[in-house]
Amino acid sequence: MRLLTDYMLSSNIKGVTNGFPLRLEVEKSVEKEVDFNADFLKNMFPKIEWKALVDAFRSMGYTELPNEAESPMLDSKEFLKKFHHALLQLHLEEGALICPETGRRFPVSKGIPNMLLHEDEVFDEVYQIESQF
Amino acid sequence: MSSRPELQAPPEIFYNDVEARKYTSSSRIIEIQARITAKLSERAMELLALPDDGVPRLLLDIGCGSGLSGETLSENGHQWIGLDISQSMLDVALEREVEGDLLLSDMGQGLGFRPGVIDGAISISAVQWLCNADKSSHEPRLRLKAFFGSLYRCLARGARAVFQVYPENIAQRELILGFAMRAGFAGGVVVDFPHSTKIRKEYLVLTCGPSSISTALPNGKGEDGESVSDYDNSGDEENQTVCISDRHRPRKKMKITKKGKGREWVLKKKEQMRRKGNAVPLDTKFTARKRKARF
Repeated sequence: MRLLTDYMLSSNIKGVTNGFPLRLEVEKSVEKEVDFNADFLKNMFPKIEWKALVDAFRSMGYTELPNEAESPMLDSKEFLKKFHHALLQLHLEEGALICPETGRRFPVSKGIPNMLLHEDEVFDEVYQIESQF
Repeated sequence: MSSRPELQAPPEIFYNDVEARKYTSSSRIIEIQARITAKLSERAMELLALPDDGVPRLLLDIGCGSGLSGETLSENGHQWIGLDISQSMLDVALEREVEGDLLLSDMGQGLGFRPGVIDGAISISAVQWLCNADKSSHEPRLRLKAFFGSLYRCLARGARAVFQVYPENIAQRELILGFAMRAGFAGGVVVDFPHSTKIRKEYLVLTCGPSSISTALPNGKGEDGESVSDYDNSGDEENQTVCISDRHRPRKKMKITKKGKGREWVLKKKEQMRRKGNAVPLDTKFTARKRKARF
């Protein structure tokens, strides 16, 4: 699983208001080559909360990214390369994702996180949606 | 026994190791699945109508299975995340070394994505599974609501979702569409080849956000009863929209207030009251006269 995906996930357990960012528990990580595409990175950049991302990279043991990032930095080729490497080429192979609020572990095996919830954890926002109509 | 897999077992059980193995070992299934899925997902991409600027987007493939549909997304140069409830099918996807990321997740529990991060979603033959109650805790209505609600939240405004579905009957299609509309989506159903029972395909085309010109429904294929046998060459056939529904349609206009009942009606009523013996004011030139505008 790429860090990009981890970054897009948030925990949707019943009653959790801020299930983001999921903490990473790394047992094994791998790197895979991916074609570089600057447009995609520029498209993703505004959606990203930098601090949480850098924390995630730290836990993967990748520390080359700066603590702060501004959109003008996207013009720097060097920065884009690092960003690309971190976002798309680092894969979490074995480990877990941990919900920041409840501490629930979502195990990751063979690069596939298991996001299935137990029956008592299922999303109760459905009831809130109901009340809107 | 019915040929619909939905009626045989829950998805995580129906697509077990044995069934999933067929996707790698049986050359017949590989060929048929690859051909059909590629066709369906190409059509879904077409309906998704992403801006043609060469920028890769982040897409969702809901019910990705062995990742056949995701391959079409990769071919178009997009990054994608695939969700499926069957571990066995995801293992097959791993073996096939698909480019997207995979998640083991149940769409009926809601999608756990951050708001507004996804640029589009496709799903090939999966959403109809939501209409089944496979466990005692499953309530199809709540699951549909959770699915569409969470999907609406994670899509960027103006993004589209295209679902190819096999609804069992009209009621099921209405149910699915109804919940999509209630979650806030605009859009409707596009039917390709409505006159054929065999290659008839239904696509739910949903747009996130209020309806506008960009949410107008694309046309279905093969609507005019052209020869449906040459499905392969259907790309340039004349198209026609089939059905549309829109939650943003304006309500029926309120009736404008009538002019009033008039002097004659008032005099008649006063006469009736007098006959009953009630105390009624005299009829004068002021009776039932309109007030001045400044009042």
